[in-house]
Amino acid sequence: MIEIKNLTVAIEDKQILNGLNLTVNDGEVAAIMGPNGSGKSTLSYVIAGKEDYEVLDGEILLDGVNILEMSPDERAASGVFLAFQYPLEIPGVGTMTFLKATLNAQRRARGEGELSTPDFIRKVNAAAEKLEINKEMLKRALNVGFSGGEKKRMEILQMALLEPKFCVLDETDSGLDIDALRIVSGGVNALRAQGRSFLVITHYQRLLDYIVPDVVHVMSQGQIVKSGDKDLAKALEASGYAEYRTGEAA
Amino acid sequence: MADITPLRTAAETGLSKLFEATKMKYPTGVSIAREEAFRYFEAVGLPTRRVEAFKYTDLRSAFRDAAHPAEMPQPETARAAVAGAKGFAGIEAARLTFVNGHLIEAESDLTRIPAGITVTPLTEALTDGHALLDRLTPVKQAAENAIYQLNTAFLADGVLISVAAGAKVEAPLHLRFIGTGSDAYSTATRVLVVLEEGAEALVLESHEGPDGIAYQPNDAVDVVVGDHATFRHARLNAEGREAVALSTLSVKLGAQAAVETVNVVVGAVLSRHQVYLNFAGADARAVVNGAAMLNGKQLADTTFLADHAATGGVSRELFKTVVDGAATGVFQGKIIVQQAAQQTDGKMMSACLILSDEGQMMNKPELEIFADDVACGHGATCGALDDDLLFYLMQRGLPKAEAESLLVQAFLGAAIESVSHEGAREALIGTVEAWLKARG
Repeated sequence: MIEIKNLTVAIEDKQILNGLNLTVNDGEVAAIMGPNGSGKSTLSYVIAGKEDYEVLDGEILLDGVNILEMSPDERAASGVFLAFQYPLEIPGVGTMTFLKATLNAQRRARGEGELSTPDFIRKVNAAAEKLEINKEMLKRALNVGFSGGEKKRMEILQMALLEPKFCVLDETDSGLDIDALRIVSGGVNALRAQGRSFLVITHYQRLLDYIVPDVVHVMSQGQIVKSGDKDLAKALEASGYAEYRTGEAA
Repeated sequence: MADITPLRTAAETGLSKLFEATKMKYPTGVSIAREEAFRYFEAVGLPTRRVEAFKYTDLRSAFRDAAHPAEMPQPETARAAVAGAKGFAGIEAARLTFVNGHLIEAESDLTRIPAGITVTPLTEALTDGHALLDRLTPVKQAAENAIYQLNTAFLADGVLISVAAGAKVEAPLHLRFIGTGSDAYSTATRVLVVLEEGAEALVLESHEGPDGIAYQPNDAVDVVVGDHATFRHARLNAEGREAVALSTLSVKLGAQAAVETVNVVVGAVLSRHQVYLNFAGADARAVVNGAAMLNGKQLADTTFLADHAATGGVSRELFKTVVDGAATGVFQGKIIVQQAAQQTDGKMMSACLILSDEGQMMNKPELEIFADDVACGHGATCGALDDDLLFYLMQRGLPKAEAESLLVQAFLGAAIESVSHEGAREALIGTVEAWLKARG
């Protein structure tokens, strides 16, 4: 379970998160919606531990442990996974090399033994098949020359392999066509389990037709301003974010 | 007008004495060439920063003393040195072994040279006046270069390698240059390679030596690639930490000939690798790559020149340098396109990754184009590791040092992946991995 308490964050002296409180229970899928500039992506980066942000106050507890003191790799090893809005291309690093390095790094950090190469390949192939990722993609450098949909599927493949406890999906639906959206959502839904929770960040209700959330939060000006069930997302789609934009220039 | 006597350094005076002391050992024709080379060198002295081609690599200050030319080592000394040699050691190859710059026949596979290749010790070729020697003049700009001149003046040993017309030899020929000893010494070796029409061969070169002494190797390789022939070449500089290592590769390309060469630098406190290409025949191709990883106070200079004299030449150069500590990388590259060399296609790139505050990189790319129908370009970049990429890798669980290593390896790997021989490529990548592991 993740508990975010009074999280206050600035970047270059501009305060983005203003005492944000949020709880995501075990096995829960929580969606965060909100207008541009409300701080959704900042929240995802701060959870993952990106350096550019200054945490002024608050804590993020994962199973009772404050992760704010941890480096990004330590957070990953404790079960935090961020599916990037724009997954990065890494020329020269083979996809399989990368997957094996990350998987084994996390296993080492948790005091588990490294996977043997045959076990690793079997695991990757099984997960790749479900996400319709072909072997040719796995042979290429990580994300290099991949389409937007392929990159997002590669993110979900990593999520499946690393078996995190808390997954943050930062606008995973952006740049996806309907078919890709179906595959990616299917991948996420297959990972829904007791002991694993999700924070799904999106602008649009469409994604939530595929990944049906247990709870929907609305974010505005660096705070959660409203929470409800999946019908709240539908209501937002109909009414827009106008009532949450107070404080922004008209 | 009064004569001006230039001040000479201890090293320059020392070199003159050493030259006089060793000059009687050679056949007449060779003595004349050595004498000419040394007089040329003596007139200009060791190049300093005032010489444009040595602007970033001051040899006069690098050579404090002239080290004595190394003698032929005792058999047991040579055997012990060979036993500890690591460069390309895991690769199945016919080996020609040089210890302290002397060909050690007992430690070489002269009797199992791959079919299609003939190897003649240079001393024998010079004494007998080998028929191929006349064809083995270096590229003009190499002949005028002080480092090459010094190599000629002090030439002690080498081999002549000829590859028969049409012979496509896949098995590599490994030239291993191993240094040993506890006192500084100098070496001067020359390897001559002739690929006859349509021939193909792969030559691997490894250079290694002791860490504690400032030995001074000077190695030159002159290659003539016949029409439709292909010369593949991978070179590893794993010299000792104090070595001052100079090397020159001169390649003349015939019509539709090809050369693929990569130089990987990890050793020597100061190294300078010079590559001179002459596109003498039409439609020749060249891939010239380099990967250098430097730390401490190392300086590694790559000086490259492609002289396009015929039409349709294609050249691709990719030089990657990683600088850590207070090290310095130097790249000087020049593409000359003569008026006759229409449809030349040349692209030269030097990229540097700086991992420390004190590291530095000097890039000097140049184009000199006299033809009007050409596509030539060059680029030079310098930068630190990308923070966003590091964050991405760390988010997936890689500790920072491991994430950095993965990115550095990918950066250097781009210059090594052109090596088509799998074993050689993996050995060079292994060199990168070992360097990163030592960095911690």
